[in-house]
Amino acid sequence: MSNPSAERGVHWFFRGARGIASLPAIILMSAFVGFCGFAVEAGIPLGETVFMTGMIWALPAKVLLVGSILAGVSLPAAFITVALSSIRLMPMVAALIPEIRTEKTPTWLLLLLSHFIAITAYVFTMERIRDVPREHRVAFFAGFGTTVTSANIVLVAVIYSTVANLPAMVAGALFFLTPVYFLTSIWASTRDRAGHIAMIVGLALGPLFHQVAPEFDILYAGVVGGTLAFVADRVWKRRSSE
Amino acid sequence: MMSYAAFEAWWWPYAFIAIAGWLATDIWRWLGVLVGNRLKQDSAALTWVRAVATALLAAVIAKLILYPTGELKNVPVALRLIAVSTGFAAFLFFGKRIWIGILVALALLIGGQLLIGSVTLAG
Repeated sequence: MSNPSAERGVHWFFRGARGIASLPAIILMSAFVGFCGFAVEAGIPLGETVFMTGMIWALPAKVLLVGSILAGVSLPAAFITVALSSIRLMPMVAALIPEIRTEKTPTWLLLLLSHFIAITAYVFTMERIRDVPREHRVAFFAGFGTTVTSANIVLVAVIYSTVANLPAMVAGALFFLTPVYFLTSIWASTRDRAGHIAMIVGLALGPLFHQVAPEFDILYAGVVGGTLAFVADRVWKRRSSE
Repeated sequence: MMSYAAFEAWWWPYAFIAIAGWLATDIWRWLGVLVGNRLKQDSAALTWVRAVATALLAAVIAKLILYPTGELKNVPVALRLIAVSTGFAAFLFFGKRIWIGILVALALLIGGQLLIGSVTLAG
């Protein structure tokens, strides 16, 4: 009771937890309904589907893992497929960490909390973190991350037995929801010009590199597109200041 | 050959998921923390990392629409593209309201399929 800072921390943890009722979290849950249907279709048992939800958390990685299981590939091959597609988590985490940490935040805590970073948590946090006092940002993120992850674990467990009866058109719409939501929300939460250029270039380069190097398409599109956007932004800035 | 179905043991699928799923994703998150810890706010390096992250996400979005998994595969690619671009245009037009973009895109996706369905039935 005598520690007002800790009390504020709890307050911000619950403010983050309340993010479960936000548009991003609701869309993510719909996407998880879609994923659950995919897992059922692929013949992954309930326990393993729930385990995947909690342990991997990033939705595209799970879809790829289920795809690898369906294809019957060996463990090293599945590991490489999922690992290559998940490199994108590194720049996302690296961009998010400077926004939430303070000088005093222990690294072990960030390592632990980084598990909850996936696209939705990234977008949600980048959108709202500026309104959270810096010393409470880690608590805010922890509240959101742990709540949304647990909620989706429960959701997958509960709907597993009924999801197979979903009409095909609804299942298709659920798979469509995710990219449309990412597209609009990332655009809305990007504040710098470099980010908007990166978005446009990445949209074009993704399919392009998919034709040339399907194994590394996302990675190439990210590094090449991001660097192009960064350079274009610098040149633009220099021109306008001259 | 160590595939998912290689062993009968109950724990094997879980070990498979833990290695090919959990480890394969969390190593990048841990590396991201170590890199992010060294980046200063408002530095050029952070702007670059953020641009790379954004371009990566954009590529994921494009792939989810053009090369989808599950039921979405059965929807014609032209319909997917029309739905998402009209949805995005509506989102920009109505003051960057995300729910408007989503609503328009989903309505077009489902409406388009119903339309195609009725045309195929009639023809």
